[in-house]
Amino acid sequence: MTKPPEKLVDELVPIFFMGKKYEVPASLTIQKALEYAGYQHIRGCGCRGGVCGACGTVYRTPDSYKLQVGLACQTVVQPGMQLVIMHYYPGHRSIFDIDQMSGTGGELAALYPEIFKCIGCNSCSQGCPMDIDVMHYMAQAIRGDLAGVAETSFDCIMCGLCASRCPAEEVQFNVAILARRLNARYGKPRAKHLEDRVKEIENGKFEEPLRDLMSKSIDELKELYKSREGEPQFAEEDWTPQDTRYV
Amino acid sequence: MSYPESLKKLIEKVESTRAARVERKRKDIEFPALKLEEREPILKNFHPDFIENTRRKIKVGPSKGYAISNEMVDLLEARSRVNPDLVNLTEPDYETDVLVIGAGGAGTAAAILAAENGAKVLIATKLRHGDANTMMAEGGIQAADKVGKDSPYYHYLDVLGGGHFLNDPELVYTMVQNAPDALRWLEGLGTSFSKFEDGKMKTMHGGGTCRKRMHYAADITGAEIMKTIRDETRNHLDMITVIEFCPAVELALDSEGRCAGAVLYNLETAEYHFVKAKAVIIATGGSGRLHIQKFMTTNHYGATADGIVMAYRTGVPISFLHTVQYHPTGVVFPEQAEGILITEKFRGAGANVLNIHGEQFVYEREPRDVEAACIIRECSPEGRGNGVPTPTGKYGVWLDSPMIDLLRGEGTVRKEFPGKHILFRRFGIDISTEPMLIHPTLHYQNGGLDINSKCETIVPGLYAAGEVSGGVHGENRLMGNSLLDVIVFGRIAGIHAAEYVRNHGEIGEPNLDHVRRYNEEVEAAGIKVERIAPMLLPDYSNPEVREKQLTKDYFGTLS
Repeated sequence: MTKPPEKLVDELVPIFFMGKKYEVPASLTIQKALEYAGYQHIRGCGCRGGVCGACGTVYRTPDSYKLQVGLACQTVVQPGMQLVIMHYYPGHRSIFDIDQMSGTGGELAALYPEIFKCIGCNSCSQGCPMDIDVMHYMAQAIRGDLAGVAETSFDCIMCGLCASRCPAEEVQFNVAILARRLNARYGKPRAKHLEDRVKEIENGKFEEPLRDLMSKSIDELKELYKSREGEPQFAEEDWTPQDTRYV
Repeated sequence: MSYPESLKKLIEKVESTRAARVERKRKDIEFPALKLEEREPILKNFHPDFIENTRRKIKVGPSKGYAISNEMVDLLEARSRVNPDLVNLTEPDYETDVLVIGAGGAGTAAAILAAENGAKVLIATKLRHGDANTMMAEGGIQAADKVGKDSPYYHYLDVLGGGHFLNDPELVYTMVQNAPDALRWLEGLGTSFSKFEDGKMKTMHGGGTCRKRMHYAADITGAEIMKTIRDETRNHLDMITVIEFCPAVELALDSEGRCAGAVLYNLETAEYHFVKAKAVIIATGGSGRLHIQKFMTTNHYGATADGIVMAYRTGVPISFLHTVQYHPTGVVFPEQAEGILITEKFRGAGANVLNIHGEQFVYEREPRDVEAACIIRECSPEGRGNGVPTPTGKYGVWLDSPMIDLLRGEGTVRKEFPGKHILFRRFGIDISTEPMLIHPTLHYQNGGLDINSKCETIVPGLYAAGEVSGGVHGENRLMGNSLLDVIVFGRIAGIHAAEYVRNHGEIGEPNLDHVRRYNEEVEAAGIKVERIAPMLLPDYSNPEVREKQLTKDYFGTLS
């Protein structure tokens, strides 16, 4: 077997974290670069994998006046960058009872009437580290297109960077999750098979077969396990097993 | 940035075998799965659980003599962070009916159900609400709800087969029987599950399932569930209070041995607070950040086993911690994404696992422990030595994601796996046309605190739910059963804790005597270390910087 190549040693580049200069390896993410510099993160660090929204970061590089955004755990350092991690951004949130709603755009607008103040400047989209077209879903929200908002905003990690950039003081991420929840609850019918199965379980349909399994020896269980009938990988939704005693 | 030339050359080998592999997949001709009796020797020889000298017996506490990983024993054979004599328990900083420790999936579900059942709830959490492994779970959530083709009976068998038939039967029964109702609850709260137009849930296979019962929300199922239930707690501000950046460091008991609250540590002001509570639910999750055997991990930054340490000191035994789950497919290159989980759903959707020659060496839907052991065997010089060397000095194997677009239509990868597609795109890699380099990564704490099917521990008033507990998954958890575990048992813990509060009324004077006793036991066992636990957060700071951190005495909170 071939020996893997030696790990390359990185060159060091300067970054300015909240104005203070550190020399860090050029290939590291901002998160790891700060650890290299000696930080043990408390705020501004969560999943370390780009899904939790703890480490939204705002930065500028020397070659441009433009404000840029990224996640500290996903963005590789650039020489001379100035940055700050936005641990938290205040956000207004309306209270609702999802059981008492019906999933209309009007309900969304009633809870967040400020959506109509959106001026369409697109700062929110430019400020989204997940590349979500935030302005587009705000327009969808204004039109009452909850399914549209749900689809456009699906990857939202609720980091708050959109709200931090908004001249109309919107809290886009809370508008988005309300739309997603309403759309999921009311946009499509409830799953009937779920309801039916819950009733079957409440009526004790599987009580006896399960209690029987629970009393079996490991060897007996192994035999049953081995003889399970497998649903084929590419079986259609209406596939049914030959043995229907326990389904 | 993209794959370097050395890897691009090797990818050509993957491409050269791809068409034939896709053709076989279409015809349902799979690489042969291992027989039950073939699994054992591979696990014994290549699974990290079986490597000698990586475990030792615990010298103290209720499970004294039980051999588990050195890293976990280190935490159990350690002192409290606080001197019990200095903590003022007579004037609580907070009082509540139910204290929930940890704000991931289990803690949040518990809080909602406890509040619905009339209890005032306080959630104390180390980082932010929702900073948890639940947020990072990708593939799906199991429930046997397809009437006519699946049932809790088969779900039960699958869970046991995955767990080596050693699981706690009552806990498995409880999980599989409550699974459909848990899904219905999430659906009612407005969780965006992938559905057909008629409302039927889309489901697929996971490793070790005999029926397609994995429900999902694209490839960010856990995040979708976590965001939804977190949002729901925010509709109940009158009943649920959340305190962030305040991990619990010790539990308190009353004179009759009932749980009476917990001591919190404010990470920012360095204060210790006391919360007096009539019942406590531990939902602190797992322990990937212990980096057992130096493995990289998929886990959240805060996964440091705090709840195990605290509850163990009160006398709660632990089980199934002798096994650790290594997820077969974590990113091994590029380095920036190292350790990040690549959901099993890729394999469920048809992607093969391949060695340096572009050849299959394992069926891609073995249970996780078996799949991981086979990949380690393929990479290891003591095994087959067919690993792909990375520019960062490691080995991995290919996960051939482009097959999915060929099997299910162009654009499927982008649509069904948006999270991973974006992640790799940041590094100049398009996973709908290029495979991923993966290696097993520390993923899940199979065992934990002993509970019964009401989530009760042996300490009255102390409950546990989710990854911190042990028994339901036996020695190895199947995909899609952790999200299910946190929702089912989180809800149960909330209901029963609220009921306990109604039935038991006032608690007695809280004390930390058990902490004093535990410190004495550690000393009597001849353990001469300065370690303190819980560890709260891993320290990845530069060792060269740490050498210059010379403060020994404190002025204010400056350290």
